[in-house]
Amino acid sequence: MLNTLIRRLIQMVFVMFGISVIVFLIFFATPGSDPSARIAGRNASPEVLAAVRKDFGFDRPLYVQYGLMMKKLLVTFDLTSFQNRGQKVIPQLVQATPVTLSLVIGGAILWVIGGIGVGLAAAATRGSVIDRGLMILGLIGISMPVFWLGSVMNLITQSRFHDTWMFSWVPALGYKPLLESPWEWFKTMLIPWISLAILYIGLYGRVLRASLIEANEEDYIRTARSKGLTETRIMLRHALRTSLITFVTLFGLDFGALVGGGALLTEVVFGLQGVGKLTYDSLKSLDLPVILASVIYASFFVVGANFVVDMAYAILDPRVRGR
Amino acid sequence: MAASETSIAGNDPRQADPVGAKRRPAAGPWATAFRKLVHDKAAMAALLVFILIVIGCSFASYYASHVAHTFPFSSNLQGKIVIDGVEQQIIAPSTEGLGLGSTPIGPTWKLQGYFLGADDQGRDVFARMLYGGLNSLWIASASTVICLLFAAVLGVTAGFFGGVADAAISRIMDVIWAFPIFLLAISLSIVLINSSINIGPIVIRAGSLWLPIFIIGIVYVPYVARPIRGQVLSLKNSEFVLAAVGLGVPSHRILWKDILPNVATTLIVFVPLMMALNMVTESALSFLSIGVQPPDASWGTIIQDGQNLLYSRPMVALAPGIAIAVTVLTLNVFGDGVRDALDPRSKLRIGGD
Repeated sequence: MLNTLIRRLIQMVFVMFGISVIVFLIFFATPGSDPSARIAGRNASPEVLAAVRKDFGFDRPLYVQYGLMMKKLLVTFDLTSFQNRGQKVIPQLVQATPVTLSLVIGGAILWVIGGIGVGLAAAATRGSVIDRGLMILGLIGISMPVFWLGSVMNLITQSRFHDTWMFSWVPALGYKPLLESPWEWFKTMLIPWISLAILYIGLYGRVLRASLIEANEEDYIRTARSKGLTETRIMLRHALRTSLITFVTLFGLDFGALVGGGALLTEVVFGLQGVGKLTYDSLKSLDLPVILASVIYASFFVVGANFVVDMAYAILDPRVRGR
Repeated sequence: MAASETSIAGNDPRQADPVGAKRRPAAGPWATAFRKLVHDKAAMAALLVFILIVIGCSFASYYASHVAHTFPFSSNLQGKIVIDGVEQQIIAPSTEGLGLGSTPIGPTWKLQGYFLGADDQGRDVFARMLYGGLNSLWIASASTVICLLFAAVLGVTAGFFGGVADAAISRIMDVIWAFPIFLLAISLSIVLINSSINIGPIVIRAGSLWLPIFIIGIVYVPYVARPIRGQVLSLKNSEFVLAAVGLGVPSHRILWKDILPNVATTLIVFVPLMMALNMVTESALSFLSIGVQPPDASWGTIIQDGQNLLYSRPMVALAPGIAIAVTVLTLNVFGDGVRDALDPRSKLRIGGD
């Protein structure tokens, strides 16, 4: 177990290094244009350009530039924006993180409940109209772009049906902090959660159904059946338990990917000032340091999440450890 | 099914006709799969709808110039159109509220022009949707080809040759795999937004469609390359390959005759599923204005154009979204059918984020 842990740790550090090198090359070493002009943003004065050049060491060798970039990001945390003069980048990211976490955690709770519900219902009624209907609905959910679904939700809840009893409770777009008023927070987040979760309910429902049906063919299910256990008990206590291993792995990967930038589209559509929206706004204003920081932190988060998933997998399933 | 098993399939006692009727040689795996696919009603219906969408979009320039008589790439703020004998402005000043701003014309539901209304530039949304569909379909297909090509080469190399090649390729795949796709695309496009890039003989200009094609194609390479590497590894240890090795068959022949035909079926299973995934990704990138660049259109950019008009003229954003959902749905259903026909045991995950 310790061996696996150490090996995976080394792998994780290597992947993080690789990502930081790629990001460095994209931002600072693409041929054709001056990186200091890119960092400084639009209409920068010669003094600012000179300051940027000195600050990031663009007159020095590439490995020094790489070291300076990583130092600003991971040691001194003093990366500053030149677009909004003097604005520190990392506090901005820290401020945006709770919004992204609220969105993704709430959505995740919905999609886990929904995915297990759909998967169980479809597997239990295999071949029936319910099963087929759920699977078609799931496929439709997978096929809709999430930002479009969010727009449709906005159209329904903010405009067309906002004056009816159904959606008059929906507050205007924007984030309300959880600690200030939990109830307002819940009301603003509910529609974004649903929009985010629909894709994954479809996806997880289909995956779980397939793996439950596969489990049904296994010997231990036949044993359980011959012992005279009820179908409900077999499904919940035996088949579901093994099927959840795949489910948990997928969940960890998707959760990591969503926090690390995947929820960007939902944040943009619903005007939630999370990490994704911050990055998107910086794209619009060409504020490169913000993008640099959020790309590095988000991808490091994804790598870390994948590491946790792998370790959880090794604990859940001892066969993996030997690999 | 494994291609190398086909030569003995005819002698397989399980496949022989038990009644002893006239024995025909067993059909090959491709023919079997094809027959199974053709009898899959859902898959065939999906394929039909998909082909209709492609044909419809390919009439884009004919429709714009001969039916609607518009040019959907330049703004038309002063234009007028006659509907049922009444002349209407395409961009009308708002009558509600303070009378500030303006509202583009809504859907006329007449194919002679502005079938789905106009966007805030006064451009015909339906004509733009046809053009945009062509771009969306083209990007989805081209990036699928690129992705599968890279994935096949890398996956087979890593799996078949192992050693240093495997270690290097697998680590690179790990890095790309961990990269959040939208953030990678944002980083690339902010750098390339105003300048062109030269990679050897290839020149990609800013705003070129090849930029989203390459971004989408490359970020999903690990998604396909990993299963292929795994498949090649398990094929290498399967009995028919070990038998070939034992018979002294040279390894390039094993690669061509035993490994690649099996990998080919996996790749074919991936084609419609990756197209669906790429299409959703393309629309998302274009929605974030880092995919297809104006004045070109794609279904994603039209949804973006419709954001400001969402509450007044919702059709601008609704229609292209429905087009994406229907197209992706047909690709997913057809992809399910192809997978069931070619490789019923595989557990590929469809859809994506």
